[in-house]
Amino acid sequence: MNNPEPDNPNTTKEAFVIGMGEAFGLPALVLFASMIGFGSMALESGFSIGVAIGSTIGIWGLPGQVAMAESFALGAPVIAIVLSVSMANMRFLPMALPMVPLLRGNKTGWKWRYLIIHFMSINPWAAVLRRGPEMKPELITPYFLGFSIVCISSGALGTATGFIVAGSLPFYITVALIFLNPVYFAYLFSGVRQRNCILALIAGAILGPLFYLVSPEWGLPACGLAAGSIGYGLDKMIGGRNGSD
Amino acid sequence: MVQINLWGLLALCIGATYFWRAAGVFIASKLDPGSDLFKWLACVAYGMLAGLISRIFIFPVGLLAETPLIDRLVALGLGYILFFMMGRNLFAGTSVAVLVFLALTTTRSYGLI
Repeated sequence: MNNPEPDNPNTTKEAFVIGMGEAFGLPALVLFASMIGFGSMALESGFSIGVAIGSTIGIWGLPGQVAMAESFALGAPVIAIVLSVSMANMRFLPMALPMVPLLRGNKTGWKWRYLIIHFMSINPWAAVLRRGPEMKPELITPYFLGFSIVCISSGALGTATGFIVAGSLPFYITVALIFLNPVYFAYLFSGVRQRNCILALIAGAILGPLFYLVSPEWGLPACGLAAGSIGYGLDKMIGGRNGSD
Repeated sequence: MVQINLWGLLALCIGATYFWRAAGVFIASKLDPGSDLFKWLACVAYGMLAGLISRIFIFPVGLLAETPLIDRLVALGLGYILFFMMGRNLFAGTSVAVLVFLALTTTRSYGLI
């Protein structure tokens, strides 16, 4: 990214406010817009507005929410819906692994880590992995929470907006709003600087669609394991200064 | 389905998602951030997310599947050019890609291309 890195926080309150400030911009805007897409989809699937917003706040993982709305609209059996939601949001397990140890520096936060993890989504996750290591350990948690709360609020607001304006939007607007989410994440991850992660991202982008063809259910976790090991292994093999730290 | 069942279904879906988060916390609580295992797991997470995003571009489901692949790729590609030209500018890349995509789908839905 172009903009200079803001200063690192010195107090809990500062960390929380800096996190909020960083989220209140492109991340909040993109979330708001993509959740408009989900909100209108939720209405068409037969959700009430409460369930639509509840799924954004409660599930807080767009692929799973989309899976719930789609399979509910198709009249799928409950067990099938729940399984497809679960599979679609499986990424939260590997995402939690590198992030959670960074939260250890904050005693209170660590006690509540099973609650705090609910707020994890790609935006604050990427922010914590990028900025966390250079922050005071006890300030990572408030930074993460500030960032996440802005994200989840704008997501909920977007869902409500989408639900209300659904039907009045032409196809090309709705589909552009849906397209916004993956493109934004494509560029967000193209800003990653650690070489092993860059290699893993490239391998994952190539393998993802191929593995999906082999198995729509298990392709994604298999892709993560393969691409991650390729990135990690290649980085070790190349070695040298520009290494993984 | 009646409303109360929809809320019940939502509760199950919330639980089904939270399961992965909690499992992640449980496993991660034993990890040391400086270790090689930690670095490998970060790579696995990035690899999985890249695979997911790439899959959404190539094999989308739902509304996005009704757009041609070439539109999605052209928009993404032009966005990438701007993204790198502007020094990895997230805003430039995202807005160019979405505007190009919007222009393509709009002209298509009016039957112009």
